[in-house]
Amino acid sequence: METPHINQERIKKFLSEGKRFDKRKLEEFRELEIETGVSKNAEGSARVRLGKTEVLVGIKMNVSTPYPDSPNKGNLMVTAELLPLSSDRFENGPPKFPAIELGRVLDRVVRESGFIDVEKLCIKEGEKVWTVFIDVYSINDDGNIMDAAGFGIIAALKTAKIPKYDEKEEKVLFGELTDNPLPLAKHTPISLTFHKIGKDFIVDPTREEEDISETRITIGSYDGNISSMQKGEKASITLEEMDKILELNEKAWKDLFKKLEKFVK
Amino acid sequence: MAAKTFKRKDGRKPEEFRKPISAKVGIIPNADGSAMWQSGKTIAIAAVYGPKELHPRNQRDPAAGILRCNYNMLSFSVTDRIRPGPSRRSTEISKIMEWALEPVLLIDKFQSMVIDVHVNIIQADAGTRCAAINAAAMALAHAGIPMKSLVSSIAAGKLDKTVVLDLDKYEDSEFEEGEGSTDIPMTFTPDGKLTHIQIDGKISKEQLKQAIELAKNAAKEIYEVQKKALKEANKK
Amino acid sequence: MTDRKIVIPGEVIVKGNDFLPGEGTERNGEEIVALRYGLAEESNKLVKIIPLSGPYLPRRGNVVIGKVENITFNGWVLDIGTAETTFLSLTEVPRYVNKDGLDEVMDFGDMAVAKIWTINKRGIDLTIKGRGLGKIDEGIIVKINPNKVPRIIGKEGSMIKMIKDETNCNITVGQNGLIWIKGDKVEDELFAKRAINFVSDKSFISGLTEEVQKWFEKESKGEKNNGS
Repeated sequence: METPHINQERIKKFLSEGKRFDKRKLEEFRELEIETGVSKNAEGSARVRLGKTEVLVGIKMNVSTPYPDSPNKGNLMVTAELLPLSSDRFENGPPKFPAIELGRVLDRVVRESGFIDVEKLCIKEGEKVWTVFIDVYSINDDGNIMDAAGFGIIAALKTAKIPKYDEKEEKVLFGELTDNPLPLAKHTPISLTFHKIGKDFIVDPTREEEDISETRITIGSYDGNISSMQKGEKASITLEEMDKILELNEKAWKDLFKKLEKFVK
Repeated sequence: MAAKTFKRKDGRKPEEFRKPISAKVGIIPNADGSAMWQSGKTIAIAAVYGPKELHPRNQRDPAAGILRCNYNMLSFSVTDRIRPGPSRRSTEISKIMEWALEPVLLIDKFQSMVIDVHVNIIQADAGTRCAAINAAAMALAHAGIPMKSLVSSIAAGKLDKTVVLDLDKYEDSEFEEGEGSTDIPMTFTPDGKLTHIQIDGKISKEQLKQAIELAKNAAKEIYEVQKKALKEANKK
Repeated sequence: MTDRKIVIPGEVIVKGNDFLPGEGTERNGEEIVALRYGLAEESNKLVKIIPLSGPYLPRRGNVVIGKVENITFNGWVLDIGTAETTFLSLTEVPRYVNKDGLDEVMDFGDMAVAKIWTINKRGIDLTIKGRGLGKIDEGIIVKINPNKVPRIIGKEGSMIKMIKDETNCNITVGQNGLIWIKGDKVEDELFAKRAINFVSDKSFISGLTEEVQKWFEKESKGEKNNGS
C-alpha cells in the first residue's frame, strides 16, 4: 500500500523537528543482522536484515573467456531482483528500472572500489578467467534495500570459497569448494545512501520514509576514498548539501564498518 | 518387495524421507501470508498476496477467484548457476502448483479477484516443487484463504529396482545403476486424495502403487509438521 | 465459553450432532470442521472461527476508510481494499457540490471516512452523510488486517475507548482495516499507533484487555522516564 498523504505530511513535519517515527536519529541505522552461508550450493551467501527489510545475496563462480580489453582480469557480474515475494509493489516479470538501477549501482560499488582483485582471478591470460556472479534478491521490502544489499555483498564475498577447477578436463567442479577465499582487497567498500526530505538528510529510511524521499545519493567509499556515487530521483541539491552528505558519509561509514566487522572478520 | 535392503548414498532406508524437515510461518512481514518449508537440503519460501483485484481485466473470472502461482529458483540455489528469469521448467511447475492447490481452495466468492502465491527456492537438492507446494499451502492458510484443508507434497520413486521415498539430487540426476532412477512427485489431501502426480522415468504398475502408498503415508507426517508450524505462528 | 484454540483448515473442532456449524466451519458427518485458519470458538453449541487473517468482506452499514482513485462527472471512485467498484456519489455529500467542483471537495489521493450505503451487482455505494464521516484532513492512517478490527474495538467499544483515553487521540476505525488517528501531538498519534499494533499482534490471546492495560502502564512509565 502506498503511504497515505496525511502520513507523509506527518513524517515530514516530525523530521523537521529532528524526529523519526521509530524514534531513531536522522543518522541512525536500524538494527543490522547478517548471517552468512545460508545457501549452501552457492560459493558464498549472506542474509541481511536491516529492521524489517531482508535481502539475500549469493555468489556463484564459473570459468569463461576474459573480455578482449582485459585479457588478464576476471569478470564480475552483479544482478539484482526485486522479488514479488517481498512486496505488493513488485510484479512478476522482467526486471523493471528500480531492480536494474540497483544491480548497476551495486556493480559499481564492487567494481570501482577494486574490492575483488580481478587479476588474481586469471587462470590463463587471454583464455580462461574466473567470473564472479553476485546475485541480490529482496525478501522483504521495508525500505533501503540498496544499503542492505551492499552489506550483504561484502559479507557474502568475504566468506565465499572458490570452487575446484579441473585443469585437465578444463571444467569447474560445481558443488566442490576449495578452502581458498576470493582474492579480496584489504579495504572494505561500504555503500551508503542519504535521502533528502525537506531540509534534512536521513539514512536507512523505512518504506514509508522512502516514499517521501525527494532525492537520494548513494556513495560507495572506503578509507576516505569515494569510488562510486549515484544521485537518484528528482529534486536538486546545493553544493553545501553535497558537502554535508560527504561529511555524513564519513561518520556513517565508520559506524557501519564496526557493525559489519561483528559479522564478518 | 525388495529382496535385500537397498543401500542409499546418504545411508537412508528406502522408505525414509530426508531430515530435517522443518517449517515456519510468517517469515515475510509484507505478505498477507507466508511460510518456509525445508526438507533435507531443499528450502522453499512462499508469500501470498491477495485476494485482490486482478489486472489485466481480461484475465478476470467473473464466476470465481483465481489462484496464480509463481515458482522461481534463485540463481545460486543450485551448484550450476541458473540465469535469473523464468524458464520453461519454472513455468510448468508454477502451473503444476496451481493444480495441486486449487482442489482445496474455497475461493468462489472472490469473483474477479486473484490470489498470488510467489515461491522461491533458496537452496535446491531435488524435491523443490514438493517443498514449494508445502510452503504455499501453509502460506495460503496463514493468509486466511478459505480452504477445505492443507495439501502435503512429497516425491516417491524408484532407484534401480527398489521403490524409495524422497529422492535427493544425487538420486534424481546422477544415479544410473541398473534401471536408473524414477522420480514421482505427488501431493495429497489429508484424507488421502491425490491433487498432483508426475512421473519422470520407468515404473511398473505394481511398483507405482507401492510408491503412491509410501508417499501417501509420508504425506501424513508432512501434514503434522505443517499443522504445527501454523499453530505455533503466533508464539513469539 | 470454552477456551479458544488455533485451528487450521480441515481440522476437526468438535464431534457431536448437537453442535451447529457457524461461520468458517462446516459439518462433515458428526464432526464440525474448520474451513479457515483462526481461533475456534464455541458458544451455546454454535461453533465458529474467528479469523486472524484474510480479506475484508464489505457489509452494508460498515464504516470504512478509503482513498480517492478517480473522479467522475458525478462522484468519486474510492479504493477501500475490495475488488468491487466503490463509488461515492456527489448526492451523498452533506452539502451541495457543484459538478465542476468535485476535486475541490475531494481530490485524487485524498482519504475519507465513509459508510457503505448499498452493495449491488454494480458495486459498492458509499455515503458521507452522517456524523464522523467525511474527508480526512490530517493525522496518521494505520493499516491492520480487517479481521482484527473487532479486537481493536473490543466488547462494546471498551478496547478502543481505552486506547483513545490513554493516548489522548481521536480514533476512527474502518471495518476494512484502515484506522485514522488524530491527536494534538505527533507523539500521541504514534503512541496510539503502537497501541493498535500491540493489540493487533496479540489479538489471538485471551485476557487481552488486561495485557493491554499492563502495556499502557509500562509505556506510561517509560514515557515519564524519557521526559517527553
